[in-house]
Amino acid sequence: MTVQLMQGNEAIGWGAIAAGCRFYAGYPITPSTEVAEILARELPKVGGKFIQMEDEIASMAAIIGARLGGLKSMTATSGPGFSLMQENIGYAAIAEIPCVVVDVQRLGPSTGQPTAPSQGDVMQARWGTHGDHPIIALAPVSVRQAFDLTVVAFDMSERYRTPVILLTDEVIGHMREPVELPDFSKIQIFEHKVTEPPEEYKAFRNTPDGVPPLVPFGQGYRYHVTGLLHDELGFPTQRIDEIDPWLERVNTKLDKHIDQITLLAEDAQDGARVGLLSYGCTARAARHALKVARARGLKVDMLTLYTIWPFPEKQVEAFGERLDKIIVAEMNLGQLAYEVERVVGRKKVVRVTRANGEMVTPQMILDAMEG
Amino acid sequence: MDDHILEAHELEKHEALIPQADWFNRSETLQKLRKNKKFPTIWCSGCGIGVVMGALIRAIDHLGLSNDEVALVSGIGCTARMPVYMDFNTLHTTHGRALAFATGLKIARPDMKVIAIMGDGDALAIGGNHFIHAARRNLGITALVVNNAIYGMTGGQYSPTTPIGGRATTAPYGNIEPPFPICELAIAAGASYVARSTVYHALELDKFLAEAIAKDGFSVVEAVSYCHTTYGRFNRLGTAADMMRALKDNTIAQSAYERLTPEEKAANTKIVRGKFLDVERPQYTVAYDNLITRVQGGEK
Repeated sequence: MTVQLMQGNEAIGWGAIAAGCRFYAGYPITPSTEVAEILARELPKVGGKFIQMEDEIASMAAIIGARLGGLKSMTATSGPGFSLMQENIGYAAIAEIPCVVVDVQRLGPSTGQPTAPSQGDVMQARWGTHGDHPIIALAPVSVRQAFDLTVVAFDMSERYRTPVILLTDEVIGHMREPVELPDFSKIQIFEHKVTEPPEEYKAFRNTPDGVPPLVPFGQGYRYHVTGLLHDELGFPTQRIDEIDPWLERVNTKLDKHIDQITLLAEDAQDGARVGLLSYGCTARAARHALKVARARGLKVDMLTLYTIWPFPEKQVEAFGERLDKIIVAEMNLGQLAYEVERVVGRKKVVRVTRANGEMVTPQMILDAMEG
Repeated sequence: MDDHILEAHELEKHEALIPQADWFNRSETLQKLRKNKKFPTIWCSGCGIGVVMGALIRAIDHLGLSNDEVALVSGIGCTARMPVYMDFNTLHTTHGRALAFATGLKIARPDMKVIAIMGDGDALAIGGNHFIHAARRNLGITALVVNNAIYGMTGGQYSPTTPIGGRATTAPYGNIEPPFPICELAIAAGASYVARSTVYHALELDKFLAEAIAKDGFSVVEAVSYCHTTYGRFNRLGTAADMMRALKDNTIAQSAYERLTPEEKAANTKIVRGKFLDVERPQYTVAYDNLITRVQGGEK
């Protein structure tokens, strides 16, 4: 492939095509709409299907239905639409239906500022739906990474039977960078393999890795799918002896694969006492601040998180243990800083936050470093 | 007690009606029911929903469909619990969203028969938007709406089909909101097939459901039922048997309705049963397949 000038949202669309996504349902919303536009154009070319639903609730429902029909599925939205999707995101989590939800974050709450960037949905991505549930959220820092993490999101959603949130933002979504996309034919996504005959198939049974294989509807493996607490066959149950093992499996299945799920980049420097921690578009400002600080002779570490949820506790804890001060930069009022503080202790954390639609600047981070 | 409804002690006299040891395996129709763990149903004794389930199974059986090629999708409520008892591909979703889940499933598997099973609140209040848009798209889905004019599972709150004056826990002084006419709504929104019957007229329900499922387009069957536990009690409508008899007495077949004089039609208060629409319109998944063919043929 050749080098192309491409927007983050476009890269997400191509990432979906490359990952084998063949169904997209969505509702127009700034600043995510380009994802829908490119997939409306490209999906029929590869035999895939695109539908513009009547709202985001229906979009989320449709992608779950389509995945049960055997097509890898995705939707894309922004804050208000992400709020509407939450109930069915919980459904996908409890029913363990793989799907990818792109949230191109904009300034909230409510209608907020549709064209302004934000990272205000960090906690919504984790706890937006009711009840305890597993979730994966990934945050790209560049256009090329928006492509890569979209592919990874599909792979993880299949591998762990969970919804995956691609938690990007207006800056990454609308920014254009020169990128060279990889050969799509070389991209391999995890595929479910079932060995047992239909009469022995249990869609929700326990397996050593915590993830039972999923067979789509209409292939002779008839089973029940519900948002009610259910047994191994998917039938509703109120029996504690059936609910407890299910709860245990579903809420620990990601822990069993945490090293494969955790994606981050560490840029360490010998003798550093100060560290920067950031993600998404703000990580770009943090990287610039790091370069300036090091040019001035300061010793500084940096940890860029690509996997936001499950929170990379082990790595952040180690980061905190060898440093005296950790600067957490983000475009909200400290949502991920809560997690960092929980892991490394409140006294070590300095928050650099902004939630007015303007980006966190390198200067704000430099000031925090020197302050 | 109504003379055509058997009392329990009378049932014993009818040997043919007493289940034999291998009754399940001998009945092909019953093979469509799930064999393990699900029974008894959650429905109150005397509920009409079971009649609709029987009609649905007979309709599917009549069409000769295999269990594998049928998917049942439901939302939340008493009616939405129906799929779990039947041995098909079954998807019990969130409140109001059965048709939205069914949309994705049907588009992914146009070859499958997708049937969305909803109550009146599920289909027309929380799910009203999905109902009209699925009809507008003419997706090849059958929407089976069991209309008992009340939210039964939550204890009897008024629904979008509760008659004016009907009492409910949230309409303690009588409902003042006009009800949605389900069939007229479906016709206006663009459905291909629309019919209404009742749980008293089970054979008619069988026929309408079989036609609806066979239809390649958005098909709607309104199955008028009752909830004696909540609505019947609040409105002093008697037992389940009394409410069943009311469906017989207070409905009129479309053929009989058509024979009425204009004056009689204007004065009619009975629910009209019948097939109100059966037309051919381009079905969504067929149209989308055509679009793919055009695009892959190089059309810009």
